[in-house]
Amino acid sequence: MEFEITAGVGGRILRLVMEVEGAQGTGTLDSGEFCSRDSNSNSKRWNHMRKILERPSPFTYHTFNPSYEYLTALQEYVRVLVVGAGGLGCELLKNLVLLGFRNVDIIDMDTIDISNLNRQFLFRPDDVGKSKAHCAAAFVNKRVEGANVIAHHCKIQDKDVDFYKQFHVVVCGLDSITARKWLNSLIVTLDVSEEDEKIPFVDGGTEGFKGNVRVIRTPETPCVECNLDLYPPQINFPMCTLASTPRLPEHCIEYVRLLLWEREKPFGETPIDGDCPQHISWIYEKAQERAAQFRIDGITYRLTQGVVKNIIPAVASTNAVIAAACSTEVLKLVTGCSRFMDNFMLFNDLDGIYTFTYSAERKKNCLACDRGEARQLFFSKNVTVQEVYNYLVESKDIQMKSPGIQGYNKEGVLKNLYMKNITTEENLKKSLHVDFEIPDGGEIQVADPTFAVAVSFKITYE
Amino acid sequence: MTSATPSPKSPEVSEKSKKYDRQLRLWGDHGQYKLESSHVCLINANATGTEILKSLVLPGCGRFTIIDSKEVTEEDVGNNFFLELSHVGQNRGECAKTLLCEMNLDVSGEAVIDDLEEHLSVHKNSKFFDRFSVVIASELSDKTLKLLSRTLWEKPGKSIPLIYCHCIGFIGWIRVQLKEHTVIESHPDSVIDDLRLDRPFPEMVEYFDSISLSSREDIVKTPWLIVFHRILEQYVKSHLLREDSMNCVNKENPHHLNTQQKRAFKEYLEKELRTMGLHEGDDVFAESMKAVNTALTPTTIPWQVQEILNDKKVTDPENSQFWIMCAALKAFISENNGLLPVRGVLPDMTAESAKYIGLQNVYRDKAKRDAEDVYNRCQSIMEESGNSPITLKPEDVRLFCKESCNLKLIRGQPIFEELETCPSSIVNEIAQNQESPNPDCMFYVMMRAALRYYSEFNFYPGASDPEQDITEFKACVSRLLAEWNCNVNGNADYIQEICRYGGSEIPSVAAFVGGCVAQEAIKIITGQYTPLNNTLIYNAVDCSTTSFNLPTD
Repeated sequence: MEFEITAGVGGRILRLVMEVEGAQGTGTLDSGEFCSRDSNSNSKRWNHMRKILERPSPFTYHTFNPSYEYLTALQEYVRVLVVGAGGLGCELLKNLVLLGFRNVDIIDMDTIDISNLNRQFLFRPDDVGKSKAHCAAAFVNKRVEGANVIAHHCKIQDKDVDFYKQFHVVVCGLDSITARKWLNSLIVTLDVSEEDEKIPFVDGGTEGFKGNVRVIRTPETPCVECNLDLYPPQINFPMCTLASTPRLPEHCIEYVRLLLWEREKPFGETPIDGDCPQHISWIYEKAQERAAQFRIDGITYRLTQGVVKNIIPAVASTNAVIAAACSTEVLKLVTGCSRFMDNFMLFNDLDGIYTFTYSAERKKNCLACDRGEARQLFFSKNVTVQEVYNYLVESKDIQMKSPGIQGYNKEGVLKNLYMKNITTEENLKKSLHVDFEIPDGGEIQVADPTFAVAVSFKITYE
Repeated sequence: MTSATPSPKSPEVSEKSKKYDRQLRLWGDHGQYKLESSHVCLINANATGTEILKSLVLPGCGRFTIIDSKEVTEEDVGNNFFLELSHVGQNRGECAKTLLCEMNLDVSGEAVIDDLEEHLSVHKNSKFFDRFSVVIASELSDKTLKLLSRTLWEKPGKSIPLIYCHCIGFIGWIRVQLKEHTVIESHPDSVIDDLRLDRPFPEMVEYFDSISLSSREDIVKTPWLIVFHRILEQYVKSHLLREDSMNCVNKENPHHLNTQQKRAFKEYLEKELRTMGLHEGDDVFAESMKAVNTALTPTTIPWQVQEILNDKKVTDPENSQFWIMCAALKAFISENNGLLPVRGVLPDMTAESAKYIGLQNVYRDKAKRDAEDVYNRCQSIMEESGNSPITLKPEDVRLFCKESCNLKLIRGQPIFEELETCPSSIVNEIAQNQESPNPDCMFYVMMRAALRYYSEFNFYPGASDPEQDITEFKACVSRLLAEWNCNVNGNADYIQEICRYGGSEIPSVAAFVGGCVAQEAIKIITGQYTPLNNTLIYNAVDCSTTSFNLPTD
């Protein structure tokens, strides 16, 4: 059987299928009744999937060549990484094992909270406090025969490059933009083959009745960083509003959270724990006092907790929908059994059911997936380190969290400009050009929690 | 200084509200109450069916009943997370019920083993279905679907909502059947602020005029709305209402500016703000300039609301809370210069606290008075109609008035009619683009044909031999199109694709459709958010969806 080897995911998996076929002899196409080829007496279980994987279709990815070996590849060879064991993660895990994937790893640092139980359906009240990754893996392994889900109860940053390189596809259901950006920056730069292929990456996100799905196949499609403007930066209330002219209940709550807590230290040096009822109660009562003073109404316990924890509403149904679309794309990326979504979908079911699927474009000089040339930043000649720092945090298409900045001076020596410590704190007011002798066209290196590797920028003075 | 124990001022948060916290922020305690009082019926516990119930059991619907006479097969275990290999041979509904209930002990479930068709004939006109808030069915023959649709639609008294869904391969089909559905809290994505600059009420003018804007100091502490109003009135007087003015296009309401006038006003506004000593750095300046486009939107009654007020039910509200309130609203509007009650919600505006709160109270107090007026009208309507069993609380009417610009009404079309009528919008779309038909329209036709095929052969096209079934399925598609007088051939690619699927239910496609259907059921049960009206095709090949209103758009 002749296959055209092509770059990209389909090609990579196709080679995998060929290896399996090479080991087992000839590939078979559909032969009417599905006969069992493995000794497993449950082989009828996979009849739904086998129809999709063993029959030709006009709508497949061009590398697809219907064969029983796809199912074998899913079961024996393909390794999938699910990032996040929350609302999306639980759904993803269930879908993937039902689609025929067996070797699935799941990573999450979180433990189970009671408020997860309205949607994270692999957890029970007795599981509260336990590791999400472990509980989810154990549940699915017990429920679905043959499933081999491996749990990693840790931060995604705790795993090294070699860990991520093991996987054929990564699917991500995270609620944090910082973590999502970090993972994206890692995955889209990982070299996993000679043909400059990157690991295909599917990303899902939800908020209430809205959600989105994206298929990232670097260098074919844009990555998370390319369309950063889709994640508007969080808007914070101005300090002067909180301190002197509050008008909304939220202003009163934020006042207590950001100013009063530090001043009154109600629980000593303990920082606010949004899950601690005593903490929330204290904030709630103080916010009520402040609100009464300004004749503002609308402070409730629920609102207080929502503001303090920055709670994003979530329902089972939206998570199910978004995770389902992600899982289908994972199946397609691995097998090519249908053309891929191109490449971004928005979902909203407030009014009827609305989706919008479109082909988003890559960004030239993307900080994550197009690292050929450092992006240029334009500043005035007397720019300070603080101003550069602020720009990196506030700029809509960079949105860093807490950048550490180094720069090459005119002798080519790498200088620490701001390293997020007391020693370099005083550098913030210093000038890049005068004090650190960073030349026009010079380079700075920035390390930030939103990037797995340091990012270079070229400084141009205007 | 402060004790670590919460004082009695803090409310006790129950375990239940902790568990449901993330959804209570969407539909509130009153929505949750309705959900917990609901009883959902599922016909067929296939992969799609259990996915639907999963997303209803988790948020805490009250009860569910599964009707399924089938035995669990190995194939079922393969695509259904709520069945296990040990279940093979047992009743599917019963097994699924057990594993579904495990997820949430607040929910009670039951399984009914009888055959649905028997149920429909035996219980015809009986009260069997009356207990359900919504009936959800998956994978029926078109004969059964027709029967079920008609039974629920024509229920004497109150028709019962029905959602039908069916997944074949990468295609999902959702059809919502609602005879009449009304929504008060539709939670639209964005609402135009109800500011009434063009139709000011007396208390508003009085408050606005009481605010001194004589110094820059005063102005920067004032909400932009007050400053904006002052300048707008000035502009209208000096530019639009002068005898010799050629500018006034709308003598009836000079505040309704056309695009050109808006542009001119914006220039005027900027000039005046600068004359007051303000500049870009001032919040009042920036917020005023930004508001020009939205703040000048005429105060009107949205056409959807107008349509509701013209509905026949307004003159004969029977014993419906919603329609009694609509009748009262209509009377209120006709005696209040054609205006809806004031909403009483203002956006935040940078200002001194007292000035903003004062402004907010002017709108809130007016909203309260308007709602009281509507409430009194409701009372007299109910008195007139004699001993009405309906009770209306003032807070119900307040919410209704606050949401009166967002009211929604769906008068749907029944499925049994769709199954007997030509879906003209889809047929026209296909006929117009024969070369490259809209895939979602084609897939609708394919799903209908597959249903027809199943009724004829008792298996789906390609169930065992796709090559052999293609000819028969093609004929089936052609017959269907001919019945609709659609003079096109079924596209061969789509026919082949459906035969490839062989009626298979892909777990992730079932999960997508399941999530959507569950959410539609929640909308119907809570009376919040707007349900689909009435058809959705989910095409997982392209990961797209299209909505239709069938049979006639």
